[in-house]
Amino acid sequence: MSETYEHVAPARYRISGKGRVNDLAPVRFTFDGREIVAAAGDTVASALLAHGIHLVGRSFKYHRPRGVVTAGSEEPNALIRVTHSAKGGEGRTEPNTRATMQEAVEGLKVESQNRWPSLSFDALSLNDRLSRVLGAGFYYKTFKWPRSFWDKVYEPAIRAAAGLGRAPTEDDPDHYSSRYAFCDILVVGAGPAGLAAAMAAAGDGRRVILADESGEPGGSLLAMPAATIDGKPAWVWLAETLETLAAAGVTILLRTTAIAYDHENMVGLVERVTDHLATAPADLPRERFWRVRAGRVVLAQGAIEKPLVFDGNDRPGVMLAGAAQTYLNRYGVAVGRHVAVATSHDSAWHTAFALTDAGVTVAMIADTRAQVAPALTAAAAERGIAVMLSTVPVATQGTKRIKGVWLAERTGDTVAEAGYHACDALLMSGGWTPAVSLFSHTKGKLAWDAATGRFLPDTSPEACHTAGAGAGVWGLADALASGAEAGAAAAGTTAPSFTVTGDDAGTGAPEGALPSDRPARKAFVDFQNDVTAKDIRLAVTEGMRSIEHIKRYTTTGMATDQGKLSNINGLMIAAEALGKTPPEVGLTTFRPPYTPTTFAALAGPRRGATFEVTRKTVIDPWAEAAGAVFEPVALWRRARYFPKGVETMDEAVARECRTTRKTAGIFDASTLGKIEVVGPDAAEFLNRMYTNPMLKLGVGKCRYALMLGDDGFIRDDGVIARVAEDRFHVTTTTGGAPRVLATMEDYLQTEWPDLKVWLTSTTEEWATIAINGPKAREILKPFIKDADISAEAFPHMSMLECSFAGVPCRLFRVSFTGELGFEVNVGAAEGRKVWELIVGAGEKVGACVYGTETMHVLRAEKGYIIVGQETDGTVTPQDAGLSWALGKTKADFVGMRALKRPDMAKADRKQLVGLFTEDPGTVLEEGAQIVEGPDEPLPMTMLGHVTSSYMSATLGRSIAMAVVSGGHARMGETLYVPMDDGVIAATVTSTVFFDPEGARLNG
Amino acid sequence: MILIHCPYCDETLPEAEFTYAGEAHVVRPDPSVSDETWRDFLYIRSNPKGPHAERWRHAHGCGRYFNAIRDTVSDRVLTTYKAGESKPVLPGDVK
Repeated sequence: MSETYEHVAPARYRISGKGRVNDLAPVRFTFDGREIVAAAGDTVASALLAHGIHLVGRSFKYHRPRGVVTAGSEEPNALIRVTHSAKGGEGRTEPNTRATMQEAVEGLKVESQNRWPSLSFDALSLNDRLSRVLGAGFYYKTFKWPRSFWDKVYEPAIRAAAGLGRAPTEDDPDHYSSRYAFCDILVVGAGPAGLAAAMAAAGDGRRVILADESGEPGGSLLAMPAATIDGKPAWVWLAETLETLAAAGVTILLRTTAIAYDHENMVGLVERVTDHLATAPADLPRERFWRVRAGRVVLAQGAIEKPLVFDGNDRPGVMLAGAAQTYLNRYGVAVGRHVAVATSHDSAWHTAFALTDAGVTVAMIADTRAQVAPALTAAAAERGIAVMLSTVPVATQGTKRIKGVWLAERTGDTVAEAGYHACDALLMSGGWTPAVSLFSHTKGKLAWDAATGRFLPDTSPEACHTAGAGAGVWGLADALASGAEAGAAAAGTTAPSFTVTGDDAGTGAPEGALPSDRPARKAFVDFQNDVTAKDIRLAVTEGMRSIEHIKRYTTTGMATDQGKLSNINGLMIAAEALGKTPPEVGLTTFRPPYTPTTFAALAGPRRGATFEVTRKTVIDPWAEAAGAVFEPVALWRRARYFPKGVETMDEAVARECRTTRKTAGIFDASTLGKIEVVGPDAAEFLNRMYTNPMLKLGVGKCRYALMLGDDGFIRDDGVIARVAEDRFHVTTTTGGAPRVLATMEDYLQTEWPDLKVWLTSTTEEWATIAINGPKAREILKPFIKDADISAEAFPHMSMLECSFAGVPCRLFRVSFTGELGFEVNVGAAEGRKVWELIVGAGEKVGACVYGTETMHVLRAEKGYIIVGQETDGTVTPQDAGLSWALGKTKADFVGMRALKRPDMAKADRKQLVGLFTEDPGTVLEEGAQIVEGPDEPLPMTMLGHVTSSYMSATLGRSIAMAVVSGGHARMGETLYVPMDDGVIAATVTSTVFFDPEGARLNG
Repeated sequence: MILIHCPYCDETLPEAEFTYAGEAHVVRPDPSVSDETWRDFLYIRSNPKGPHAERWRHAHGCGRYFNAIRDTVSDRVLTTYKAGESKPVLPGDVK
């Protein structure tokens, strides 16, 4: 791909002796393959402008050529794709980076976006010609018929054409960090107001943080070298002030954007740590997200200049006057040679003067106002600049760069015939909008100032102060004073005062869309989303009344710049079209983040392996060494199955199931939740918490335990063992342990505070090893010397405290497989040793180890439910076939009363049943819906769904459980499961598929 | 992230240390009550615009449940008090 650039000599627009960049320290980067020599201190935007390059991208919808408009984070047009060549990698590539914020870095690869095949020739610029049919809401009006085109034709085509940059195709290899900070005063913005606030606040050990999004503090001072403060040139004062602040212990964070202002003075700051470095130490994060809790916050973010709205206001070379002043004075770059100025605010006059003084020709200053301060016209006359009052721009000429502007004299809303004026840059200013986004995050109220056409910060529920241009204060002297005042108020100090010369204070007049002598089709309001004044008027014509609807219909303010340039212009135009005042129409809501923020910054270290904690049992390393395949269960990593050789999961599970039923299987059940319930009222407490009667549970006995919510629905289940009169060992589901403990604490603390009970989570204190199968006792017996574990002395649902090969043990005779079963509980520290002893003994008799998958199959063969799989928060004990677990004579238990509500006994409730597919080899899909008849017309009545489904090696066929409306009364009925590739017939059965008498439990 | 004062720890701490536990002063009735009364206990909540008495648990601290008055408009906790204490009278409450 080759690009042609017209007559661009290296850095032809750099004005030596101007600016703060160092052109003795060249920095080389590429733009669409062409080498650009920047000066140290440049941004990509200032370096491109120094080379006379204004065209940097194509617009979103119409693919119009676009150039740099601003010099800051509000930039809507100059979005680039950047790759740090020294750091390398597609994964480090970032799309939609603002060229005005990306500092020039040696080796940086910059590419323009949204153009094909090239920036200067773009195929989709055809859209620009089609703009008549692509106006506001065009996608709601077109692409409607035929319906079959929706997903096959329209959506792919629209998706291919939509969007700005191209996302990187590889993972981001950088790391991102996250930090909490606390301070007494946080100052956002290090312009004159922010610096003055920090000066007033610093000292006496107060913790002050000063954050600025630029690579250099100073804000507007960087563009005002001619001013003096306290008798010193502005830049000398700035350097000294920064030294003073540092000496006073102020933390100054650069390249740090305050993106969100949350409750109680919690402010989120994103610090870009390495983007300005060609190479970065590996231990530095790319970005750091600060969560700062501040005692008080001073918002001194300044103001954002508004564009004027006229036809062709988006051509490359049309830019904001304030930006041009920044490029001149901070970066030493003239944005053109023959410049026109169109403004409604005094500030652009000062830009014109500064450009003239730097040797740039300013053809004229056209001001929309009939009158301006005599000092301005006098200063213009001194410099030989033509002044045209009551004059508006009505159109521009030039495709990839502005060539000229038509200016016309206005009388109110009408204009005289326009005259053409050649120029290579047009600087515009529609006045300044205070940056109130962060203030608005606080739910702060804004007040409309009709005279200046601005919303100003009014009251906020947070302990925050606003200062400077962001508070509507204009001019250096007033900004310093208001900053000092805010800082002093925040810190309880006395505000310092400043003496200023060379101030550029001034005023302006608010304008909406400017009057024109022609149909203004391309008067852009929102550059990034290609929304014109016409689109906004059309939205009103078509019935949109609320500004929120106008916004969504036209997409104005919905681009990544969130309407920083466009909101007020859009509002003025909408208000005029609606015949209302701007405050009556109101602003749309400002939401965080203030500027586009990487997901990685928000995620910080919480990604990949460190996304969340992985809990492992003490037996986990053994399982890993044994080649187990793992699965996540809640936060736990559990062994799912133990394949031998080349076994598939199905083969391994079938073998584990068969071995367990025939011989024995050994299972790590340590993840089971465990709660030690102790105290004189422990039995009474458990009797109330669980459905089952617990008062008469004997010491050394276990009982299945079902926990409901007070709404009567199943919440958890487990086994309760009475260790002593006043001590119970309670187990919960693996995922439910914290929730069950919290529920128990809730009832104990707030419903029955009179009960003397102590609850302790003991999940991780115990390693739990389940041995199931006909040979379970044979495996276990040699290790238990101090207790009789024979069938007679230690029957099903018993527990005892004993010694397992010298290790203190709580031994349970319980079963989740339907086989003779034991659970060995030993201290976690001994778990691995005990596991290996049991596995060693097991192997001698032909037993195997098994994982969670086999556990699931074996329990399903017995119809044992898993809470959360068979239940979903709407299943009662009766629905689940667990009525036997309800204590019939209890005065109360959690959930008892709700079970008596008529709805809980309705015959058509979804009840748990078993399903046998007609074809024994078909395994139903869990979650599949169940219907009555295969030929039922659409929409079919969903009777329920499959909750568990497995191939049972024991039964030699598939089994499933399902919740089905009125299921208990449907035994023997055939129901149907419609799937993509056909309808599966299944017969309703009992949920107990194997050993219904339970004889094997008593082996 | 709002700040909450734990009345047991007597410290004002970030919301992340706490879990919400529903409206406060909802009394669990005796099981002998009517279906309607039990339904109301289960499902009917006041959902006010303004001060709301609610329960929080200092889950990552002392583990205690306590009550808070939070303004649902400003999302600020106006006051907190221990479980079992009666709801404080706030300025503007109808006596």
